[in-house]
Amino acid sequence: MAHHDDPSYPAEPLYQAREPIHPKAIHGRFRRFKDIVLLVAYGVFFLLPWVRWERGVGPDQAVMFDIPSRRYYLFDLVIHPQDMFLLAGFLILAAWLLFFVTGLVGRAFCGYFCFQTLWTDVFMKVEALVQGDRNKRMRLEKQPWNGEKLAKKGLTILIWTLIAFWTGFTFTSYWADAPQLFVSFFTLDAASAAYITTGILTATTLVAAGFAREQVCIYMCPYARFQSVMFDKETLLVSYDDARGEGEAGRRPLKQGLMTLEERHAQGVGDCIDCNLCVQVCPTGIDIRDGLQLECISCGLCIDACDQIMTKRGWPTGLIRYASEQELETGEKPNLLKFRTIGYGVATVAATVLLLYGIFARAPADLTVHQVRQPLFTVLASGDVQNNYNVKINNKLQEPLEFQLAVEGLPEARVSVVGGFGSLDVPADESRKYLVHVRVPRDVQVSRREIQFILTEQNGRIEPLEHDASFVFR
Amino acid sequence: MSQTENKQGQVETTGHVWDGDLREYNNPLPRWWLWAFYVTIVFSVVYWILYPAWPYGDSYTKGINTVEYTVEGEDGEEKTVSEHWNTRALFTRDMQSSPSALAQEEWVGKVKDMSFEEIEQDPDTLQFAMSMGNYTFGDYCAACHGAGGQGKIGLFPNLADNAWLYGNSYETIVNKINNGIQGMMPAQNVAEDKIDDLATYVLSLSGEAEISGEAASRGKQAFASCAGCHGAEGKGNEAMGAPNLADAIWGVADVPGCGDDVACKVDEIKHVVNNGIQREMPAFGDRLTETQARMLAIYVRQMGGN
Repeated sequence: MAHHDDPSYPAEPLYQAREPIHPKAIHGRFRRFKDIVLLVAYGVFFLLPWVRWERGVGPDQAVMFDIPSRRYYLFDLVIHPQDMFLLAGFLILAAWLLFFVTGLVGRAFCGYFCFQTLWTDVFMKVEALVQGDRNKRMRLEKQPWNGEKLAKKGLTILIWTLIAFWTGFTFTSYWADAPQLFVSFFTLDAASAAYITTGILTATTLVAAGFAREQVCIYMCPYARFQSVMFDKETLLVSYDDARGEGEAGRRPLKQGLMTLEERHAQGVGDCIDCNLCVQVCPTGIDIRDGLQLECISCGLCIDACDQIMTKRGWPTGLIRYASEQELETGEKPNLLKFRTIGYGVATVAATVLLLYGIFARAPADLTVHQVRQPLFTVLASGDVQNNYNVKINNKLQEPLEFQLAVEGLPEARVSVVGGFGSLDVPADESRKYLVHVRVPRDVQVSRREIQFILTEQNGRIEPLEHDASFVFR
Repeated sequence: MSQTENKQGQVETTGHVWDGDLREYNNPLPRWWLWAFYVTIVFSVVYWILYPAWPYGDSYTKGINTVEYTVEGEDGEEKTVSEHWNTRALFTRDMQSSPSALAQEEWVGKVKDMSFEEIEQDPDTLQFAMSMGNYTFGDYCAACHGAGGQGKIGLFPNLADNAWLYGNSYETIVNKINNGIQGMMPAQNVAEDKIDDLATYVLSLSGEAEISGEAASRGKQAFASCAGCHGAEGKGNEAMGAPNLADAIWGVADVPGCGDDVACKVDEIKHVVNNGIQREMPAFGDRLTETQARMLAIYVRQMGGN
């Protein structure tokens, strides 16, 4: 039976509206750590495009992802399309590092480093600056739409939009010369892609950090889901010490006869005074005392809150603390050198070493030799047999290279380069294609011979480049 | 996430039960999700207005977006055409005004201003001319001469070798591309008793067969009527496009196809002598710009080398 016919079911709404969360500002160790991370992250993100860097060839920008010319510039590292596997290496490293950290200390990425967390944090700070702290904000929320509410909300959204816009513009300036883009952007002279990118980033930043906030973590983010899979009983999590907080008779607010720990313990009452401060400071609006929850991004602000109260009472801190499930159950401290941690750690180190090796051992130049396959061979007027080869040299260095060409494996061969160039020159950070004729007298009776193209750099700047090919007649 | 509870404090389900105990929670959608859904609806309506969308009868709604590009009218005047948004028009526009099209135009301008000798000495321009010549070759020449210019014995000359019926100067090649070629060798009326010797003599010029004594003198005598075009020594005549018979290249008689079978080679030669040759390459001057023809000349000339 369909439930709508069932009168015992109430008519449900079409959607579930979000309950606005107004976290209270708090001070403490974790808040300070978050502020430092935020400062560093913002400093790097917003200033990096403006750092200048001198290069032989290419833009004067320290970090620039130049899509049209297919180069990624990272200080003195220039990444060519051929080196794109480095990106895969970097992603593998990031994945192992995430596993390592998450296995050890839970969702540290979510709580301290994720850009959703960072930007939401900044937007909340703006909110607090304009509208006041939690209580004032809640009052404003309930208030009818009068001039004050309109002004305060409007100013908040205006500042948000400015931050969101600068975020979007900064992102865009990683893909073009920042000072030039700045001028062309505001003189309406930039490429449409710049406006579209900035527009999309502005909108998503505003929506995600201003309005969606914890819903991004709860509904949209896949990391929130799969990081929990990496937890085990020894993973450090932001936890409420249930045994200490609840005692035998549960938590109770402070009142006459329950003021000191001795009085409370005598009556079996836990140390939690049910002040709700941990709930009020939570940016995702949960109660950590309900245990480990999907919504918890493990930012540690509830620890700051609880420690503050405990310190005020003169009681030991750590009622809410980083503790493993096992520790809460048995009191046993987690073994940090467990197999999983070591395994993830080794994998992280291995990925780092491989990535660094990949960066430092990448080829300074590529050589490809493609035999012209149609026709495979040509008989010339003299009776000589000719094979043609497309020789492509890609110089990834910031200085020009000059090569001397030699073909080995066919002593009778006469080699000539179309254009009759004495050396095969390739300008800095460019690639060139040369057509090469290889001729062999007909009476040499070669049917198929493996040959090798060897390009020797005249000034010894790099090791000789080699490429296999074959010579074919009939 | 929380489950909606009804007034009795029970978890609310859709009321359907599968396999006796499987029930589905009846949670309402998050509001942001619903809004996102509405946004997609608005998006599609905007899309219908801007772009071609709905078919009706044998036509479709065109959308208000347009693409502009230039076409050359019948009077040779360039004019701007505006079409409803479609990828074909976009492609035409990109071929005219995209950054890559403009970059190509710049290179074409460079080739236009340089002499053949200058181009040969500049690796970048040479690379561009060869590459563009290659594509032009694919569009206009490959149908007969083959994708790699290897030609077809008896029908279309091989351009990948280094023998040139009319000589290998760039000017000549451009001229032939623009004006086409009428290639003709009249059928020869050679007496039955002399033609074998003639054929063997011709083959001997390039070492494909051996001939000596009386046969040689008979063959040489019969060749006198060929020498008018092919030269006394059979070295050909570039001015009239008469091929060199003394080199290793065979364009019409399929001598290489015979292997070591001399009788077969002789038959091939006899066939050509008896029937003559009538070949025509159409003129491409109307279809190629001057610079295109020059780049094409560089490409075919360099394919085989000197």
